[in-house]
Amino acid sequence: MAKRVGIETSLAVSEVAAACDVDVVAAYPITPQTHIVEHLADLVANGELDAEYIPVESEHSAMSACLGSVAAGARTFTATAGQGLELMHEVLFVASAMRLPVIMAVANRAVSSPLSVWGDHSDVMAARDVGWIQIFVENGQEAVDNTICAFKMGEDHNVLLPVMVNLDGFHLSHMIEPIIIPEKEEIRRFLPPFDYPLPLHPDKPVAMGDFAPPVIFTEAKWAQEVNLQKSYDTILRIWKEFGDQFGRYYKPVEEYCTEGADTLLLTMGSFSETAMTAVDSLREKGKKVGLIRIRLWRPFPFEELRKAVDGTKTLIVFDRAISTGGPGGPVASEVKAALYNLPRKPLVVGFVGGLGGRDVTREGFEEIILQGEEIARNGSPNEYEIYGVRE
Amino acid sequence: MIGQSVYVPRLLPELESLAPGHRACIGCGEVLAMRQAFKAIGRDAIVVNATGCMEIIASQLPYTSWRLPWIHTLFENTAAVASGVEAGLKAMYRKGRYSRPDTKIVAVAGDGGTVDIGLQALSGALERGHNLLYICFDNEGYMNTGIQRSSATPYGASTTTSPAGKESIGQFSWKKDLPGIAVAHRIPYVATACPSYPVDLIEKVKKGVDTRGPAYIHIFSGCPTGWGCATNLTVRLGRLAVETGIFPLYEVENGKYTMSYKPEKLRPITDYMKPQRRFRHLTDDAVEMIEKRVAVEYYKLLEKAECQK
Repeated sequence: MAKRVGIETSLAVSEVAAACDVDVVAAYPITPQTHIVEHLADLVANGELDAEYIPVESEHSAMSACLGSVAAGARTFTATAGQGLELMHEVLFVASAMRLPVIMAVANRAVSSPLSVWGDHSDVMAARDVGWIQIFVENGQEAVDNTICAFKMGEDHNVLLPVMVNLDGFHLSHMIEPIIIPEKEEIRRFLPPFDYPLPLHPDKPVAMGDFAPPVIFTEAKWAQEVNLQKSYDTILRIWKEFGDQFGRYYKPVEEYCTEGADTLLLTMGSFSETAMTAVDSLREKGKKVGLIRIRLWRPFPFEELRKAVDGTKTLIVFDRAISTGGPGGPVASEVKAALYNLPRKPLVVGFVGGLGGRDVTREGFEEIILQGEEIARNGSPNEYEIYGVRE
Repeated sequence: MIGQSVYVPRLLPELESLAPGHRACIGCGEVLAMRQAFKAIGRDAIVVNATGCMEIIASQLPYTSWRLPWIHTLFENTAAVASGVEAGLKAMYRKGRYSRPDTKIVAVAGDGGTVDIGLQALSGALERGHNLLYICFDNEGYMNTGIQRSSATPYGASTTTSPAGKESIGQFSWKKDLPGIAVAHRIPYVATACPSYPVDLIEKVKKGVDTRGPAYIHIFSGCPTGWGCATNLTVRLGRLAVETGIFPLYEVENGKYTMSYKPEKLRPITDYMKPQRRFRHLTDDAVEMIEKRVAVEYYKLLEKAECQK
């Protein structure tokens, strides 16, 4: 039986990727993800993990090498952050469109310029439409559990899609927490060996990555879209199986104190735990507030979100990225789109904050909730509010 | 070598890995070179193809001309993808999930995908020592996108992005020495080849795939479409490029240079340039200057080979 140990989240993610018996790790160093790939390099160097470690010369090549190794049929893991994810950008599209289940941890980081190694969600929001399954976690345990689930989800024959596990840079990646790391044997019972249906093999030649003229391109993209949407059911099934075996259950949209709430705050990632304490504090003061957290960002959980906010008057969405020149935060605009056609829906107020590593405290979230309610009552001249900015 | 022409078809392996029916231009030197190369590579191989002429002519959905497992992803990452395939097979072989110890990983790309946009990934793969063969089919420009200059385009050639004009001689820089850059990585095998010399090409590709570690072969491949020459001149122009010293054939094995073919006397470069529209604008002075530079480069190479004997 696995014991709970105090360990840095990054190291725990590496431990568990190794316990999933990855065949290939191709990675390039970038803060704040480095501890993940450094620890994997250690495990390989010490003979604790039998894998090929490719120390590539860029993130573009990291993801490209991952495409090659998955196409050969090897279980493949990498990690990146910020600029690294942006440099990978065009390769990310290829991984999903070619149905190559690369599993990747992203220690979310701001995008230059100005240069910032600290956390926010600008990196992953720019990679929103790349066709990957995208999961957000909020603590070390969730990072570990969802890394294991990511392999099973991505490699499922009904899915065969790459999976990104988003864990906030520094706020989560560098946090030492008590985490249960499942034993290798337990993981083996949960996660079957990788069996890619049509790998590159001289005995059975396949052509992967042909070009598509207009007569077939739309069909190819639609097949990809249907596949990603359909992966939803498999994702739910795998989270259920994980819960049944390990006792920790996950849902696409997590709810906290939503019962009878007039105002809901919506967050993603590690700030959610701080936001919970703000909700507790306001509840104590008699305010009817609650919190919802989107865990599954792609495929987007439309139904669960609609259900979770049903009956609420105000929904305050907290984004850690700006869609510059646009509607403010990408999460807020997607949430608005998901609710717009409903006959009964909450008023959505968007806040952007926590950029480039700036913290938002419990008091901060309380302030956001109260200000959001005030905007819901009296309106605001702004499309969205930016929290804590000095003008 | 010219005397061998009649016998060549009998000397070459019969194996064809690239089926006919692909959509290469008439007189394409790249597809000729690729056909020859894969005769030497055999069937226990995986092909990693960069975006470019050789990718689009053989892979329109839902068809393929390849009888080998083949993967194309992007333009600049071919060497990295090949690294991943190699590493994946290596790990799986060690863990008992892949049964062939000698599967050849062959990356193929054009000059743009190699000397320009793919150079970083190539350098990384060569430096890391992956067991793979990388072949650059060099037709001296971005022919697939409409004949633009690359850093493999020779000095003075007119292309759509280095057009000759009142203020321009055409390509303004000297062809990048990619085999030299490959040698600088101290890899075990580097060679140049040309499909006008099929026996030589096939021997080199055999050596390349049998090398333990990275091998790089740079193949000069004529392009009537991009060069503006008659479609029946591809093979002849390849020979003339070698005989004029413009594209010398040589090998570098563990750092040791060997000339594969030494013409008794270099032919005048006008023999090579005249049939090509891309050089038509060049003045006699320009041609003379180029000829001098070609000779300097050629004898520098010869010296390397001679002094290592």
